[in-house]
Amino acid sequence: MPKTLLVDPDKCTSCRLCELVCSGRNADAFQPARAHVRVTIHVDEAFYFPRVCLQCDDAPCIDACPCEALVRDPRTNAVVILHDKCNDCRACEAACPYGAIRCWDDRAWKCALCDGEPECVRFCAPQALRFESADSWPAAARQAYSDRLRELVQEARP
Amino acid sequence: MTHAYVGKLLRVDLGRRQTRTEPLDRELARLFIGGRGLATKLFSNEVDPNIDPLHPANKLILAAGPLTGTAAPCGSRFMVVTKGPLTGAIASSNCGGDFGPELKYAGYDLIVFDGVAKEPTVLVIDDGKAELRPAADLWGRNVHETEDILHDQLGRDFKFVSIGPAGEKLVRFAAIINDKSRAAGRSGVGAVLGSKKVKAVAVRGTGGLTAADPAGFRTTCLDVLDKLKNGAVTGTGLPRFGTAILVNVINEHGAFPTHNFQQGQFAGAEKISGETIAQQILVRNRACMSCPIACGRVTAIASGPYRSHGEGPEYETIWALGAAVGVSDLAAATKANYICNQLGLDTISAGATIACAMELVEKGVLTEQEIGFPLRFGDGEALVRLMTQIGYREGFGDVLAEGGARLAAKYGRPDLFMGVKKLEFPAYDPRGILGMGLQYATSNRGACHVRGYMVSAEILGVPMKMDPHTTAGKAAVNIAFQNLTAAVDSAGMCLFATFSIGAPELAALLKTATGFDYDVDELLQAGDRIWNLEKLFNLRAGFSRADDTLPPRLLHEPMPAGPAAGKTVPLTEMLDEYYRLRGWDDQGRPTPEKLAALHL
Repeated sequence: MPKTLLVDPDKCTSCRLCELVCSGRNADAFQPARAHVRVTIHVDEAFYFPRVCLQCDDAPCIDACPCEALVRDPRTNAVVILHDKCNDCRACEAACPYGAIRCWDDRAWKCALCDGEPECVRFCAPQALRFESADSWPAAARQAYSDRLRELVQEARP
Repeated sequence: MTHAYVGKLLRVDLGRRQTRTEPLDRELARLFIGGRGLATKLFSNEVDPNIDPLHPANKLILAAGPLTGTAAPCGSRFMVVTKGPLTGAIASSNCGGDFGPELKYAGYDLIVFDGVAKEPTVLVIDDGKAELRPAADLWGRNVHETEDILHDQLGRDFKFVSIGPAGEKLVRFAAIINDKSRAAGRSGVGAVLGSKKVKAVAVRGTGGLTAADPAGFRTTCLDVLDKLKNGAVTGTGLPRFGTAILVNVINEHGAFPTHNFQQGQFAGAEKISGETIAQQILVRNRACMSCPIACGRVTAIASGPYRSHGEGPEYETIWALGAAVGVSDLAAATKANYICNQLGLDTISAGATIACAMELVEKGVLTEQEIGFPLRFGDGEALVRLMTQIGYREGFGDVLAEGGARLAAKYGRPDLFMGVKKLEFPAYDPRGILGMGLQYATSNRGACHVRGYMVSAEILGVPMKMDPHTTAGKAAVNIAFQNLTAAVDSAGMCLFATFSIGAPELAALLKTATGFDYDVDELLQAGDRIWNLEKLFNLRAGFSRADDTLPPRLLHEPMPAGPAAGKTVPLTEMLDEYYRLRGWDDQGRPTPEKLAALHL
């Protein structure tokens, strides 16, 4: 079974090193604006919440793409973007309820699990991000995470 | 200059309401690294050392380092450099959080403020576009209100530094606060920003930073990360108990200054320790950006008269608002800490100044009629009350707002001021940690622990254990620590990383990030250069060997009890050796040969 990127927000310390190393690997710059993982931080409530792509089994981004630019990588189970097919229509960005897709330089970008070795996981000292078999993330915890993630994304959208 | 640095500085002429972008000088960047070093170079080139710190021609520089905002673990820091209103010396005040990295993503390594604005002003930098906006509606607001209002006006993803009422009212130890509760605390930098009528700086950016050698930088970052995770202090002690883990450690060594340095052990230490904080009020850790340690404490007082929430206390704070003033009520001390964060006060100088006032009362030279209420050691209620008065310069707070040196002098007992160069001591009695006595006496910004943290060697045994009660070798180690720290501060790294890494790792980070071919020797020489440059500024400002000293209490009054009983600080012998090893004359002036060797 391919591994999944598992999030345990209670362990997050708000350091955002994940954002830096993600963008370092995937955008060739330390640039949080271009990171696929972002951390929502509400200082007053001591609320820290890493936002990642869930690589949905039934992925609305794949369905929304008119160019067939989004495909499932069978090795990692990640949804990946074929950039030579992407026409920057942004349909995937709008379709994702989790805010996991961003458009830059006339292309859409998202987490592809770093080809099976997520950089964010390697650098997450408190182990709020882990890369483990899918069944090590209890269904209830995963559901609670995705529900909260969807709420946060809706709150942030204009 | 395309790697690690943004390569730009922003000049803000407040009188003319103009901003201007300049390229960063590549040669200077290599010689002075960035942050504290580069800002000090610019500052000392441009500002008359004899100027009144609150005069419009004093400048204030916010400076990120080359590692700030990169993936270097613990690389989140920025430095505030100006001439300090408390000391009249070169001031540098360091802070972490999210502001420094965001400044670079917004397009600048440094901001240089000059002049004074005609009205309260906010500097907004949004993705490279700088703008000065009127901020009359923010003047008088506390730091938390200011950030909340600016968030609503500008957008949630902005990061801020701001001053509170204390900075506006020129309290001489006012801080600059960012991310609500992070303080560039020491030496009164908030008063300088207040004198310029700058209420806040707001930054937001989508820019990025690159490394010259991405693969080498990544490998070095992983090495540093693993060392930080596995180190006893950075991997366990600080994450679990915060900096206040030191309360019990320093108290057990008899070097925990109590009642304005009258004693070296505090009976109430257990009640304010890091362990107790973790058990009773800790809500969650809070990390600065890119930091795997996460020593910050988000806390809450759940009930009672001080019910509230915020961040802290850190070690130095719980000492200043605890042992220094004899207060063992954790809730009262924490509440006083929250007030400092909101009003924009340095917790160390605030607590230490109140401790000085308490001793003046105890000695009978300051009356409680003048203060308006009783002020005895141990009175947490009076502490909380006075803290608000200081922040707004109300009542007797107006007198305390001038700091401990001016307070003690005003009442004819300058000997009861506990500090150096008018900066109050932090939380270590040097009679129990002799090298700290030398550090306090020689630190360029006045009594300061974090410019050459001898506690690390003398108490914690990092990188090697030294006997805290002897002077042998202290001068050489203090110099090495001061030079390395100057490089760490200039790089944008947190000093706490040096509990687990040293000059080789820092040189490797800087080399792979910037592309400058740094090695350990060049790095430490840069630190030496920065230290000497600060010293030259102070000499030109009128400081001399006579200022590199300690209060008579620490030189002549033996520690009354505890593990350091009977000890005083034999400063002269350490200082003579220190000057000689620095390449300075016997008056503490760098020799021409020394300056030539440093290219100064």
